[in-house]
Amino acid sequence: MTRVLPPGTQELLAPDPLVVPAGTRTPGRIANRSPLRREGPAKLTGAAKYADDLVFPGAWYGATIRSTEPHATLLGVELDEAFDWSRVVVVTAADIPGDNVVSLIRDDQPVLVPVGGEIRHQAEALCLLAAADRETLREAKRWVRVRTERLPAVFDPLESTEEISHLEIGRGDLDAGFAEAELVIDGTYRVGHQEQLYIENQAMIAVPQLDGGVSVHGSCQCPYYIHAALKRALQLTDAQAVVVQAETGGGFGGKEDYPSMIALHAALLARKVGRPVRMIYDRHEDLSATTKRHPAVVRHRTGVMRDGRLVAQDIDVVMDGGAYCTLSPVVLSRGVLHAGGPYRCPNVRIRGRSMATHTPPNGAFRGFGAPQTEFAAETQVNRIAEALGMSPLELRRRWAYQEGDETPTGQVLRESVAALDVLEAAADASEFERHAEQTRRAREARQSGARVASGIGMAMGWHGAGFTGSGEVHIASVASVELTAEGTVRVLTAQTEMGQGTKTIFPQLVAGALGLEPDAVEVAPQDTSIVPNSGPTVASRSAMVVGGLIVKAARRLRAEVEAATDRTFGESYRDFVLEHGSLRVDEHFEPYPNVQFDDVTYTGDAYPAFSWACAVARVEVDLDTGEVTVRDVVSADDAGRIIHPVLAEGQVEGGTLQAIGYATIEEIKLVDGRYLNDRLATYLIPTALDAPRLEAILVEKPFSGAPHGAKGIGELPMDVGAPAVVAAIHDAIGIWIHDLPATPERILAAVTGAPAPPPPGLSAPTPERGTT
Amino acid sequence: MSYRFSVNGDPVEVEVSGMRRLLDVLREDLALTGTKEGCGEGECGACSVLLDGAVVDACLVPICQVDGTSVRTVEGLGTEQQLNDLQAAFLETGGAQCGICTPGMLMAAEAFLAAGGPATDDSIRDAIAGNLCRCTGYTKIVEAIAVAAERRRAAGSDPD
Repeated sequence: MTRVLPPGTQELLAPDPLVVPAGTRTPGRIANRSPLRREGPAKLTGAAKYADDLVFPGAWYGATIRSTEPHATLLGVELDEAFDWSRVVVVTAADIPGDNVVSLIRDDQPVLVPVGGEIRHQAEALCLLAAADRETLREAKRWVRVRTERLPAVFDPLESTEEISHLEIGRGDLDAGFAEAELVIDGTYRVGHQEQLYIENQAMIAVPQLDGGVSVHGSCQCPYYIHAALKRALQLTDAQAVVVQAETGGGFGGKEDYPSMIALHAALLARKVGRPVRMIYDRHEDLSATTKRHPAVVRHRTGVMRDGRLVAQDIDVVMDGGAYCTLSPVVLSRGVLHAGGPYRCPNVRIRGRSMATHTPPNGAFRGFGAPQTEFAAETQVNRIAEALGMSPLELRRRWAYQEGDETPTGQVLRESVAALDVLEAAADASEFERHAEQTRRAREARQSGARVASGIGMAMGWHGAGFTGSGEVHIASVASVELTAEGTVRVLTAQTEMGQGTKTIFPQLVAGALGLEPDAVEVAPQDTSIVPNSGPTVASRSAMVVGGLIVKAARRLRAEVEAATDRTFGESYRDFVLEHGSLRVDEHFEPYPNVQFDDVTYTGDAYPAFSWACAVARVEVDLDTGEVTVRDVVSADDAGRIIHPVLAEGQVEGGTLQAIGYATIEEIKLVDGRYLNDRLATYLIPTALDAPRLEAILVEKPFSGAPHGAKGIGELPMDVGAPAVVAAIHDAIGIWIHDLPATPERILAAVTGAPAPPPPGLSAPTPERGTT
Repeated sequence: MSYRFSVNGDPVEVEVSGMRRLLDVLREDLALTGTKEGCGEGECGACSVLLDGAVVDACLVPICQVDGTSVRTVEGLGTEQQLNDLQAAFLETGGAQCGICTPGMLMAAEAFLAAGGPATDDSIRDAIAGNLCRCTGYTKIVEAIAVAAERRRAAGSDPD
């Protein structure tokens, strides 16, 4: 029998002194400080089991019948009698025992559209099929007839009248600020969809259980989101719904909410078939149906003085949420909270709204609204520097937040503010001023007929770690450290490993608190029947929030054992188990000291801490083709105390390349609300040849609210790469690109005055409809 | 139809349709799930294996073309307890994150190393240009391959 220490007891130990001095720059790699990736050998030998690698004897295959209309009424789903349906199981909305909703924020998205119901996008799930083999399933799909009646569709968020959410933050007196301003600069910036493009497609396998429940194994970031969705739609108890994460081949936000949908579909089929059912998406289905980064239109009006002082910011953010709410209100909120950039301004207003359109719902993607608004903010700052005739580095030195400054929500930045540190580190390592001088001279000396132009550009960003506002209080995470009956130490959390390194750093943190080697600490599987709900693996929160919980839990465990044995934990824990049995410490989230947020007025401490980044990019622009080659990027990133430098660098390098893809090549084209480039042959991401040389500099300004000093790093690099590239393109060719991505078409249009391609994110008009 | 070939040195014989993908034969008929499917159309390289030493996308190769050949997959490299030098270099440098591209990346790198040319940054990037990775930004993968190349070179020139 495991004893469980009640929360709040044995909180005896003082926090460990932070060993990393504030502002220390970590030069290059310190591999010796870092244990090897825990699940690395399994991944490197092909032994790691991803969802599609799991074998369930007798499993059937599942498929989804989807809409082909962006907006319609579903009149009927008919099974053609020419086909032998006895070999196939069909599930419709009528088979859903509980609520027909994919439980998340708002109850608007159905698991399956019922007959008579509203189809709101092209990839909407209408019914499900399962068969014992793939050939039968493929054949059966051809004999399903869907009858619909088309309704008018809206694809432009600026034309949509259906608001999902809105938000306004601000401080000071905006009118007075603009009245004082000597120069007012306007800008409109537009960004389109971006696909997460994890290399492992979405996949779920459901196994019906004798107790009427279902267990689901698959690729996901948030087992407890799926758990909640299964309970709701299938009317299951906590114990009847079991979610087990398989090895997960990348997520980047794309496996935050959509896995709930696939798990529900697989579970409905499995319960009706009475066998395990595999729902393994192929790339085409994954690209067509799953969530993307929100397109956005961001308008800036900025008031400055001739001497460079920033006096007023008026920012308007519109995001395209797509067909359902999903996570749009929180994406918008993070976007709005970061929209001003990491700059001190006395008079600010930032307004945002997310609007519904008839495209598949947009969702989470690394950065979660901030990359969109920070691209706009940084491009605006770089344009202001140009208008003032100042270096963009010098302007940022004057504007950057410092300790004691106040954000637009009234949050006083009391500590761990590294804006200037990352700025100087990146400028120094990239020799920004020297290269900028070189490119300026080259630009001035350039002859007509030149074929290539080089440029350098900079951008700075901030990223709030953890959930926004009182989000962490609402989640109320629980994480545990256990001394098992077998005499081993085990860490229990729902945090999923998807490549970022949770399975490596958690044992490191617990081992550090217990005085053990990391190898001595086991990680419990991400199985909802085993681990507590420590919240989703999103929002750059795992290292800071859950990492903090397990450090505290480990300290309490250590104190308990050492008090009982009067020896060090390492010497005595095995003896302790023999005498006292197993012991588990559950640590419950408690608000960070002095962190308060008012959800109603949207004022206060929006995040317990911010991480800070600066990127400097160098590009070459082919003046004949408009093609941009990003040569190198130097990033300086502060995420507080770095737990594992190699993994942290990996986050910076990978996130930076995703940002470069966003800046240069990644664009989704739509017709009639359907993604046109819904294959890997047409949706392009950077290859090793496209990737620049990446240098990651880790700057460490620890956060005292976390017992181990860590903040978040996952999303941060995504915020700064794109505006740095756009600034470098401007440095090369003297033209500002306002719409992402900066494709050859957009660059040539800007250079030659040819008609520009349509704005990103918008669907082309509905084509003439044929008779079929 | 029956097809005979070798996988990681072991002779195998499968009775399947000649157009069945090598990828499905490996994963489903031979239970070698180390080779991954990322796109099924030869764009991502997650299913890269060596066919008589050459890198191919197993999703684009019908089994009839494999008859009489020698196939090498990630399972033919080292084991979890005893990684080979390339796998060890990936582990040390952080070349694997989510791991789904890793088996294919390793096979492309094996072919590159076996070819024995100079392991420069450009030549390594060229060798893995058909293998997409969304996690790493490629920096640490290139580093891992360079480290392995250097170790093989040193071992090859070592008189012991």
